[in-house]
Amino acid sequence: MTSHDDDHGADGLSRRKVLECMTWAGTGVLWTVAGGIPTSLGIMGEAQAATTSGMTFLQISDSHVGFDKPANPNALGTLEEAIKKVKALNAKPAFMIHTGDITHLSKEKEFDDAQHIISQAGLDTHYVPGEHDIIDAEPGTLYKQRYGQNAKGSGYYSFDQNGVHFIGLVNVANLKGGGLGSLGADQLAWLADDLKAKTASTPIVVFAHIPLWTVYEKWGWGTEDGAQALALLKKFGSVTVLNGHIHQIVQKVEGNVTFHTARSTAFPQPAPGTAPSPGPMKVPDDKLRGVLGVAEINYKVGTERLAIIDQPLQG
Amino acid sequence: MKLAILVRGGLAAALALGLSRAALAADLEVKIDNFTFGPQQLTVKVGDTVTWTNEDDIPHTVVSIGHYRSQALDTGDKFTFTFKTPGTFQYFCGLHPQMQGTVVVQGTVGDAATQ
Repeated sequence: MTSHDDDHGADGLSRRKVLECMTWAGTGVLWTVAGGIPTSLGIMGEAQAATTSGMTFLQISDSHVGFDKPANPNALGTLEEAIKKVKALNAKPAFMIHTGDITHLSKEKEFDDAQHIISQAGLDTHYVPGEHDIIDAEPGTLYKQRYGQNAKGSGYYSFDQNGVHFIGLVNVANLKGGGLGSLGADQLAWLADDLKAKTASTPIVVFAHIPLWTVYEKWGWGTEDGAQALALLKKFGSVTVLNGHIHQIVQKVEGNVTFHTARSTAFPQPAPGTAPSPGPMKVPDDKLRGVLGVAEINYKVGTERLAIIDQPLQG
Repeated sequence: MKLAILVRGGLAAALALGLSRAALAADLEVKIDNFTFGPQQLTVKVGDTVTWTNEDDIPHTVVSIGHYRSQALDTGDKFTFTFKTPGTFQYFCGLHPQMQGTVVVQGTVGDAATQ
């Protein structure tokens, strides 16, 4: 199931701007998911599953290791299946990002089990925490010990690879009653500083757990100060925002920014407003792997095509 | 409400034994189901104890800034807090802050301990 919400009013100019930038930078973007049949989205161009030259990285999300409820009694098992798909890829990705909810309950054993499986991919993995990763007795301590040693604040950081600037943000800490995801003033100040030296033609990839834009406020699927982060990214010709949290694919193109949320490797959640609550959605056993997934993102040198493809783990 | 407290507190037994009103403190329940606290607003007396039980397949927390903060509650887990001061205590789930509730505590400080 793939849904997308294109900004048709502005897409002519903005898409051209994006493509110009991508051409200048000599890159294209390709999302695929290991296994299955490619699905193309109109505005993003035709799927290019066969072209895997250039710099490829993977996104996995919401593995919820420790989850054992009816929606998926073996979340560790489906994570292992996802990592096996990753290992079977023809072209070895440069690295992997995990957009949070590595664990279900922030337990030491859950972190250990996740690490054991994910490390089998043999890829450097860059993490940001989900709200489920910072609910230990001293919130966030176990996560930071493992993944946040060189990060700022609650675990945000940036790095560069093949001319692309990657920024991992944390929008799950210190949430306030009635609010949405939150970055906070300190992190926004750090982001402004981090971007200062970057030229407008540098492709930017931002990744965080909760969507940076509001997908569905009633279920808390948004970030209250996400617009401030996006304002800081306005000058850049190509911005890609990768999130998790909502366990389903939602895509949007707005100006020079492409938003994309990834499937979970553990269990699906209902589409916005289609259920009484956003709790785990039970699907028939033989349908589960059709709604779980791992995303592959490819910056391909020499193509003007910006394509997004998503596929399930199976089916 | 009064009747409920009397019944739950075991008034007759308390009087018979000459116990203080502390023994009458009520135990009240809040269920967490479908990402909702139920009842969303609860009125209690000073000295009463409230127990939250998570009936969702997703963990939740119960957080009242400056007053109490539960650990993560997995399915079936409970969190208990005894309200010793009057006031209106708003709380929310630290994982899903759209989930909110209120406990209104009536009475005066020391009601439970001295009367």
